[in-house]
Amino acid sequence: MDMISVLPTYLPELTLAIGSIGVLVGGAFAGRHALSLVSGIGVLVLVSAAVLQGVAPHAVAFQGAFVSDAAASFAKVAIYLASAVAIFLGERWLSRSGDARFEYPVLILLAALGMGVMVSAGDLIALYMGIELQSLALYVLCAFRRDDAKASEAGLKYFVLGALSSGLLLYGASLIYGFAGSTRFVDIALAAQMGAGHAGVIFGLIFLVCGIAFKVSAAPFHMWTPDVYEGAPTPVTAFLAAAPKLAAMVLFARLLTTSFPNSIGDWRQIIAVISVISVTVGALGGLVQSNLKRLLAYSSIANIGYALLGLAAGSQDGIKGMLIFLALYVVDITGFFACLLALSRQGKPMETLSSLAGLTRTRPGLAFAITIFSMSALGIPFLSGFWGKFFVFQAAVTTPSLVWPAVYGLVMSVVGAFYYLRVVKTMWFDESAGETDAPPADARLIAFGAAAFAFPLVNVGLHWLELFAGTAAKAFGLA
Amino acid sequence: MSVGLAPYLTVAAVLFTLGVLGIFINRRNVIVILMSIELILLAVNINLVAFSAFLHDVTGQVFAMFVLTVAAAEAAVGLAILVTFFRNRGDIAVDHANMMKG
Repeated sequence: MDMISVLPTYLPELTLAIGSIGVLVGGAFAGRHALSLVSGIGVLVLVSAAVLQGVAPHAVAFQGAFVSDAAASFAKVAIYLASAVAIFLGERWLSRSGDARFEYPVLILLAALGMGVMVSAGDLIALYMGIELQSLALYVLCAFRRDDAKASEAGLKYFVLGALSSGLLLYGASLIYGFAGSTRFVDIALAAQMGAGHAGVIFGLIFLVCGIAFKVSAAPFHMWTPDVYEGAPTPVTAFLAAAPKLAAMVLFARLLTTSFPNSIGDWRQIIAVISVISVTVGALGGLVQSNLKRLLAYSSIANIGYALLGLAAGSQDGIKGMLIFLALYVVDITGFFACLLALSRQGKPMETLSSLAGLTRTRPGLAFAITIFSMSALGIPFLSGFWGKFFVFQAAVTTPSLVWPAVYGLVMSVVGAFYYLRVVKTMWFDESAGETDAPPADARLIAFGAAAFAFPLVNVGLHWLELFAGTAAKAFGLA
Repeated sequence: MSVGLAPYLTVAAVLFTLGVLGIFINRRNVIVILMSIELILLAVNINLVAFSAFLHDVTGQVFAMFVLTVAAAEAAVGLAILVTFFRNRGDIAVDHANMMKG
């Protein structure tokens, strides 16, 4: 198939690529209103890419390097919409904080393009290019507030550890290429099946898994996460915590299931160990945090642990659980950060736990939204977080070797419940810490929308979500 | 006389290890970390090109070209972030990047 006849399969990415370069050039000439103009076009480009992806034909382009299937569609629609929300939240926030530079939406667009390539990657080169395009844009976004010492330190830490993880990943990719004789996932599977260079391929796989574990901030590769989440500007953290996790996990699933379908038993152990360590670090590390962004960083580490449990199952149900979990998590975490964006006291953002004291008296709406997100993360039945965990654990307990990791995960989610409940207790029962500023309409809109979705709308939409995730999980061709 | 694959892989493995150690052991200067990252990417490129010659397959060389390009972009982004860090803090010692802990 030539490039033109498969054009519709990569049209969404082409739209993003042309759109991002177009607005970059356009923004330079737009003058004073560049940020709002470029953001508007950026949201439009992302939404149209999501729509195009929704109707894109499922096919393979570029000799197997680019795969468009139901899983890619599911992930990409979620990623592009989450990126559009990130532009919407960030644009207003930057204008208010006097940092209105139009590069913000451009970088989000480039990161979204990188994530699109990641979830569609069918080849190690495409995998690497996607990850790098995403990461380079995110490094810059973290250090976006040039005059903020914390933001530049966050950017620097993220860059150094991100570059190291890219190096590990690349070294693994080079070994797999050498010992399997190809960079294409399906050909690696064929070579592995024939037993070509087995030890070398496994060695490479371990490096590759370490590299991707860094990117999804799974423990023991999580050390950058709390610092970067705390230092980065809050809308960037909101973006960082949501879409890139989904993209990297789908990439992880595609890599493992397409290139190593015959050695599920081998990689299941590695993934299960990473998952168990992640839920432990996430639950215990969060206990001592007083900064809310650091708290959410540990919460995200624990959540990635649960998502990895679904992947470790290595079954269609497991992948389905993972996709549902991550889709619901993206909505929850975006909503939680939108609440943080909406809250400020005398112009200063409220980022510590103690600053939330007595919030139900001063801002009942936002306090109620944060309560819903905390309860959802905790896994209270019929909130969205419960359903995510439900599908993951359902898949894990039906896999014989994952019963104990699943039980352990449940125990750790009880430990983690402590810090979510402490947030709720601080807001409802502590002495009020004073009046807060009027919350901006944009952050409030996203916060209330996400809260309404987390409960009760999720119970209505769950049927559809399950249907889409089920179709997506079938694309990986597992039992 | 032709050299086999093993010496190339050994050199690459040594360079890779040096690069990783350079990131973790070095406590003085962020520029050294940037150099260590380049060293890691160099090790990967040696691997790729050696495998490419050994397998008589051009993919490895194409991959190496992509890695070279990305390495340049990565160095540019890294140095840019380093400049903002230096402007805010007045030095680039690794030990001084400690505003956030916990």
